[in-house]
Amino acid sequence: MPKLPSALRKPSKPGERGNGARRNGGATGEPEAHPVRGKVKEGAIDVVGWVDERTGASPFLTGLLLRKVPKGTNWFYTLGSATLFAFVVQALTGVFLAMYYVPSATEAYESISHLTNDVFLGEFVRGLHKWGATMMIILIFLHMGRTFFFGAYKYPRELNWVIGVVLLILTLVMGLTGYLLPFDNRSYWATIVAMNITASGPIVGPYLADFLRAGSEFTATTLPRFYSIHMLLVPGLIIALIGAHLYLVVKLGTTAPPWLRAQAKPKSLREEKVG
Amino acid sequence: MAEPADKKRGTSPEKPKPAGYFEGETMTRRTVFALAGQAAGGVAVAAVALPVVGFAVAPIFDRPEETWEGVGSPDDFTEDTYRQAVITIVDGVGDSGKTTVYIRRGSPALDEDPNEFIAISTRCAHLGCPVRFVRAAGNFICPCHGGVYDFEGQVIGGPPVRPLDRFQTRVTGGTLEIGPRYSVTNDLEPVRARDPGEYTGGIWEYLYPPRPTTAPPPN
Repeated sequence: MPKLPSALRKPSKPGERGNGARRNGGATGEPEAHPVRGKVKEGAIDVVGWVDERTGASPFLTGLLLRKVPKGTNWFYTLGSATLFAFVVQALTGVFLAMYYVPSATEAYESISHLTNDVFLGEFVRGLHKWGATMMIILIFLHMGRTFFFGAYKYPRELNWVIGVVLLILTLVMGLTGYLLPFDNRSYWATIVAMNITASGPIVGPYLADFLRAGSEFTATTLPRFYSIHMLLVPGLIIALIGAHLYLVVKLGTTAPPWLRAQAKPKSLREEKVG
Repeated sequence: MAEPADKKRGTSPEKPKPAGYFEGETMTRRTVFALAGQAAGGVAVAAVALPVVGFAVAPIFDRPEETWEGVGSPDDFTEDTYRQAVITIVDGVGDSGKTTVYIRRGSPALDEDPNEFIAISTRCAHLGCPVRFVRAAGNFICPCHGGVYDFEGQVIGGPPVRPLDRFQTRVTGGTLEIGPRYSVTNDLEPVRARDPGEYTGGIWEYLYPPRPTTAPPPN
């Protein structure tokens, strides 16, 4: 049986070596208990080894997936992953909703009505997107609250806090631009009010509102413009910034909860080194 | 203590001179090519980015053509109350391009010319919700945040920062026509159209520079 790259191998448990226990099936020359399963396992490891030899990905993946976390890490630390999951749900359902949606002021409402009422599971996919949007906003605020109350924004993680705030704003922009797309009365008037709030900002406000509306009134270009911002511009920025956010999380590691740090002796006060 | 100049620049006698070196050169060949490469890249990025940004921003500078829409005979309108008319202000967006206008004849009691017509826009000067003229009260009332305007469109309650906007009017061939929108000051003086929420008087009006997308006010 070929060996996995060292970085991907399971570390041996204490007492596993040197007490006569076998290290692995192949090394001791024992026959595999299950020949078919052994072949499958062997083939999978061959493929993994082939890819790893050509990409050198295993140290990277080990650093990403098997990184050390501080004592006291608890369920609150999953809120960021939960927000990421909500974003992935939004991205996937959004891609499929785009297959039926028509970004035109005269056809948008009809196309939404068609995909909700006529298309198989359309109501479910649209519901996922609609409620997922609310969920993502709730989760991103909880994640922000966790970071704030655990003091996880402090040195050296200030830049990640800043990136996170930009991600929060972009998520709210997604909410604003997505709200117009069903193009019913509620969407229309909510957007009119939002544009007028934008326009009442000093100096740049009137021009910014003209830019978003593509003119001084709500025109035929406004809806496609919002659609493009909603499904291309802002998601692209969000994906790029999530990449930077995760890079910094892995690079800097996570913090212990504050109550553990308060109990810790000064000698054990040190930054977690990971990766 | 001062080191020889050529040593400082990293071309000490021990190191061979780079290819193409000549006495008195100020830039190495490598630097020239690096700068040229970056300049070419900059030009290529600008050649794409500038047109694309211009393409997205162009509507800020584009003023749509003035449209005038007939709403009936001038004799249909009286000076003591408003009549509604629905006009299209934006084409190609179905019903969302239409708006309601409240029209009346100028009233001598309010110091207006009886041959002129007043066309009040229903776009609330707070955040743009549609106001309604309540005949019994003689006021315009906004459903969103409680803005109230009197018979002339002056604010008498709620959050709006200026009177209701108006539309230009003219009579052509026996038909009253409604034209571009304009805003008014608290003294009902015409100014260039502004978005809701923007002041038309006091020092605050300077926070809202005129936009190229709107028509100049009538004289």
